[in-house]
Amino acid sequence: MSARTETDAAEHGLFAGYGEQAFFCEIMRAADPDEPTIRLIRDRLRGMDVNELRRRAAAAEAELYNLGITFTVYSDRDAIDRILPFDLIPRVLTAGEWDVIERGVVQRVTAINQFLWDIYHEQRILADGVIPRELVLGNANFRPEMMGLDVPLGVYVHVNGTDIVRDENGRFLVLEDNARTPSGVSYVIENRHMMLRVLPDLVAGIGIRPVEEYGVRLQQALADLAPAGVTDPQVVLLSPGIYNAAYYEHVFLAREMGVPLVEGRDLVVENHRVFMRTIAGPRPVHSIYRRLNDDFLDPDVFRPDSRLGVRGLVEAWRRGNVAIANAVGTGVADDKAIYAYMPRIIRYYLDQEPILDNVETNICREPEGLRYTLDNLERLVVKPVGESGGYGLIIGPHASRAELTDFRSKLQADPANYISQPVINLSTAPTLCEDGVEARHVDLRPFAVTGASTWVLPGGLSRVALKKGSLVVNSSQGGGSKDTWVLA
Amino acid sequence: MSQTVDAIQGPIRNQVLLSRYAESIVWLARYMERIENLARVLDVTESFTRTSQVENGWRSIVQINADEERYYSTRNEADVHGVAEFYVLDNENPNSISSIIAVARENARALRPLISTEMWTHINMFHNWVRQLTSRDIRPSQLSALCSRLKQECQTHNGITEGTFYRDQGYHFYNIGKYLERGDQTTRLVDIKYHTLLPRDAGIGSQVDISQWSAVLRAAAAYHAYRRVMPRSLTPTQVAGFLLLNNAFPRSLVLTLRQVFWALTQLRTDYGLRRAGAALEHMDELRAALGDQTIEQIIVRGLHEFLDWVQLQLQSIQNDVAEAFWTLPVTPAEPARC
Repeated sequence: MSARTETDAAEHGLFAGYGEQAFFCEIMRAADPDEPTIRLIRDRLRGMDVNELRRRAAAAEAELYNLGITFTVYSDRDAIDRILPFDLIPRVLTAGEWDVIERGVVQRVTAINQFLWDIYHEQRILADGVIPRELVLGNANFRPEMMGLDVPLGVYVHVNGTDIVRDENGRFLVLEDNARTPSGVSYVIENRHMMLRVLPDLVAGIGIRPVEEYGVRLQQALADLAPAGVTDPQVVLLSPGIYNAAYYEHVFLAREMGVPLVEGRDLVVENHRVFMRTIAGPRPVHSIYRRLNDDFLDPDVFRPDSRLGVRGLVEAWRRGNVAIANAVGTGVADDKAIYAYMPRIIRYYLDQEPILDNVETNICREPEGLRYTLDNLERLVVKPVGESGGYGLIIGPHASRAELTDFRSKLQADPANYISQPVINLSTAPTLCEDGVEARHVDLRPFAVTGASTWVLPGGLSRVALKKGSLVVNSSQGGGSKDTWVLA
Repeated sequence: MSQTVDAIQGPIRNQVLLSRYAESIVWLARYMERIENLARVLDVTESFTRTSQVENGWRSIVQINADEERYYSTRNEADVHGVAEFYVLDNENPNSISSIIAVARENARALRPLISTEMWTHINMFHNWVRQLTSRDIRPSQLSALCSRLKQECQTHNGITEGTFYRDQGYHFYNIGKYLERGDQTTRLVDIKYHTLLPRDAGIGSQVDISQWSAVLRAAAAYHAYRRVMPRSLTPTQVAGFLLLNNAFPRSLVLTLRQVFWALTQLRTDYGLRRAGAALEHMDELRAALGDQTIEQIIVRGLHEFLDWVQLQLQSIQNDVAEAFWTLPVTPAEPARC
């Protein structure tokens, strides 16, 4: 064990009561205590008064509410505006750590885009037997409508969110890819604004990679996709409208890009070209950042009852008259079943070793994966591949003997439907809680924007599970967020 | 992306405004103006009824807004308690301040990509404040202070809009909504008060009469302006004439029409929106009718009928604007420039 130079005895100041952690702590860094900037941040935090921090947290919360940085929860009678809880204590990544994440995310996004092009064209990866054919073609998120459609620049996933966790050794692991319409980037930027306003004394003099560029980068990527010959492309953001839970983010991004936020009813397709309805009549639209799910996009092709979408949009896209980001059919790439194959996908297309590891995943459709899972059931998380939202999974360490026995027979009856993973002890970060500053588990979602090239927003959304001991960081289940600092 | 010096310098002729945005802007402006006028009328009625024993002023508010049916379906009497609750707190009444601010905010949310953050933040906070008001806040002893705050919030909105809202087509639509609403509210105030207050037995110039008419002027924030123009006399006819025809008072009908006309003209000339033509023709007619007559002539021919006609014209202009800019179907005949 290395010595903790700043404190020999128990913690004090803001960290009084913040004991030794069984997990990797993003601020205490028992493993590398000599990173000088992190030590400076730690010292500044330690010198803060917890009541003062609470006052500032209350001010930040009031400001988020006044600014309407909220999502609306609808009940039968009322609409309640909620803010995403914001914890003032930042999560810090060193330049070296960020370098790994950035390269890893770019690699992963590149592989995902090549994979999508392949499965919607020649399907070489299936012919070569790297991924079972039915896993892709039988996947609910595989869109046969996309076969042979040549997307601009070969890019399907223009905005990608990679959910990354750290294990007890501080190793980064990818937990999930979000290749459809990942959200949360607005909080990354708003959290930074709030941080600078509320804790200027913590930030002062510390070189932090800025996050301001996101809107410009996204606008540029969308402009890259516009049909050839259009010199000043009209980009729009397509939103389901003000009742969508992520509407705030849609507004935020439209404003950051300086483009109109349109709804389906604002767009019309004539002669396979897309127009928006303006006071001066229809105006051409060239590139659409859509925050609408595949199903609702075009009633001609998908759900015929969708009133949020635009009739004829997909055909206009197919003919190259408009670009759509993200492309339709990307859901097959971020599916749990495909996730298990992601290291092989990276090797197959890029001929490289993955820079970021997956959480070690046993594929039960393969004999050795099944055997290992059955032998270690009480130590593993076993997940059905088709389901989402945590349905039908079993967490070995938390299951009873009877449940394990029951699950064992289910698994043996249909092994192809399952994957298994070890339980990951997510890293923690000091977080302001009811009883003072305590350790709470965090994850990280960096955002990658891909047009002619891929750019990763420095940092990303750090979500924090505010409930003690909880590993669930989702905002719907008591999660909050933190500002994420990438040291320059 | 080509970002030319032209783009930096100003509103570009071909910069687009979504039809849906134009519609929302008009309504946002109308709703904020409507709240201010409601607060003014409540305030002045409160102070007026407190100091006089005459006619029930509260009933006239219900009449101004043509809400008799809805009001009396749930309440028996138009008194301070009932009317204040109906127009401030009642979420079942679409014409209450609580309901209006909710739709105003909904429009502002739809316009978030367009309006300034400061406009939005203020409306959001105003909304949150109104929605937490309770019956304690509308007690007679609190009502005047409440109305002052409501007026102030609307004026703050006006100030923030003046200081931060980008001056392109959107701003002209904002003014069309605001001034159509203001003109409409002024005609309603004159109409109802003229007939409620028209002397039956008492002679013109009696004490009651004058205090009632100064109350009308105060409701429109016009008392002092009126006094400057007419220092020696105050008659119902002159007050009506001032509120309708004075060409310098910011809430007079004539002046609000001039603002609407100007906004429509800007849209047509600066932005080449020939579709503004129909509304402008209507405006011409209305302004000519006002310019041709003195208040005495209007009264002789029938003030109520005249004001009814004006309100219909204002409605037609709103309809013209809607038809020109957002309800028209998209026609493929429009040139498709790519």
